[in-house]
Amino acid sequence: MSEIVLQAKDIKRDYHVPGGLFAKAKTVHAVKGVSFSVEQGKTLAIVGESGCGKSTLARIITLIDPATSGELKIDGQTIDINKAALTPELRRKVQIVFQNPYGSLNPRQKIGDVLGEPLKINTNVGASERRDRAMAMLKKVGLSEEHYNRYPHMFSGGQRQRIAIARALMLNPRLLVLDEPVSALDLSVQAQVLNLLADLQDEFQLTYVFISHDLSVVRYIADEVMVMYYGEAVEYGTRDAVFSDPQHDYTKTLFAATPRADVESIRARVARKRAA
Amino acid sequence: MAVNGIDITVEPREVLAVVGESGSGKSVSMLAVMGLLPSSATVKADSMMFDGRDMLAMSASERRKIIGREVAMIFQEPMASLNPCFTIGFQIEEVLRKHLSLGKSERRKRAIELLTLVGIPDPADRLNSYPHQMSGGQCQRVMIAIAIACNPKLLIADEPTTALDVTIQKQILDLLMKLQEEHGMGLIMITHNMGVVAETADRVVVQYKGRKMEEADVLSLFENPQSNYTKALLAALPDNATGDRLPTIGDFQHQFEAASAVKTPPLEAPL
Repeated sequence: MSEIVLQAKDIKRDYHVPGGLFAKAKTVHAVKGVSFSVEQGKTLAIVGESGCGKSTLARIITLIDPATSGELKIDGQTIDINKAALTPELRRKVQIVFQNPYGSLNPRQKIGDVLGEPLKINTNVGASERRDRAMAMLKKVGLSEEHYNRYPHMFSGGQRQRIAIARALMLNPRLLVLDEPVSALDLSVQAQVLNLLADLQDEFQLTYVFISHDLSVVRYIADEVMVMYYGEAVEYGTRDAVFSDPQHDYTKTLFAATPRADVESIRARVARKRAA
Repeated sequence: MAVNGIDITVEPREVLAVVGESGSGKSVSMLAVMGLLPSSATVKADSMMFDGRDMLAMSASERRKIIGREVAMIFQEPMASLNPCFTIGFQIEEVLRKHLSLGKSERRKRAIELLTLVGIPDPADRLNSYPHQMSGGQCQRVMIAIAIACNPKLLIADEPTTALDVTIQKQILDLLMKLQEEHGMGLIMITHNMGVVAETADRVVVQYKGRKMEEADVLSLFENPQSNYTKALLAALPDNATGDRLPTIGDFQHQFEAASAVKTPPLEAPL
């Protein structure tokens, strides 16, 4: 059995909304006690609709936001960013790729600088070494060296998402959090990015936390699936278990709502319509 | 040239899906029909007939009587297509005021009726809400209410559910199909989601780089795609994945690029 990279126990996150002249102060429980663990080289998919707390959870795992309570272990080491400041070493271990590749790259930064910046901030690698590593990473994600001096607006959405992935990988992370990485992309480009993610996972033994609301993508990429609903994990299990035998009502609703593109269901629908 | 020689026909009571990637010109061809393209665009067509009338020969003011009344359109971003400065009641009544000669109280009544039809709770109260007070799914329902306000004969839905969650997407699609059936509308569904196509369409047009690659009824398209581009699109669906890797459009590109560079292959008549 391979080692566990990420372990979370009973993670909770509350947001306090301060009261105003007419409104009372209130507390929003965004994440209500979620536990899970991911082994090295595996993918955990977190599924749920907007507002269910999946992005809040991503921010906690990425150590951007502290959890209100609960225990988060990365590589067996308990981390609480409320108590101790985040070390560069920890920052290197966890990286994130965001949903919108148009918003997550600085339009004034050349791609070379985008890729070099994590090294500049978190390590003391020299300028020429940074350049070499950025070049190598560009090739790894399927771009080429001539892209080094270009600006983000010169790239398509799929290429930008490749750049965002490259930036996340510059520090050789153990854990990569992917927050809806393909939902802004076309079907064919989505296939390319998913293939790239699978290749990179094999090569670097990366661990993924993959956040998505697209069940067909999740079924393709995930080893384990967690379904969230209003801040709670209502279903958690291996992909096959969740997809073949969903337990919770919400998971069933979700499956029922997903459009099916197989020939049998189309045939059934066309027949229904003819009959009506 | 964003769109090059596309022929599209929609029968009454028919759901036609137009599928393609971004940049394939699927929205542009529909905007051309609606006359919504900027003046920098030149629209040429051999004929553009709606309900037996030639839209090309019409004057602008005649056209405006049809657009919005008999042909209506809903867009991808429900939040962006409603005006944030006016209540939704005002925005629904605006269409009624423009196109129908109804009195003030009749308009109010019809607006409430429309909101009930699209499934918004407490319609009478909701008329006074602003778009920001409603969720994305509710805004899309309001957009649908505006579009069907004058009982159009043709409704064009441009990626109506792309910005929405799957559960909400299901509700909106069900609503559109119900309205389409009850009112006997023709419906053009522009989308890049093959799942949505599979769940809604009668007939499908596949577009690539401004050209029509294939036209077929929905079952034969999924069962036995003729064009290589359609095959590529279907293979890229994660649902159809066999083995470790997803085939990408690139793997098929040499096959259909050649086909689109010359003339589009002759297509068989739809069943």
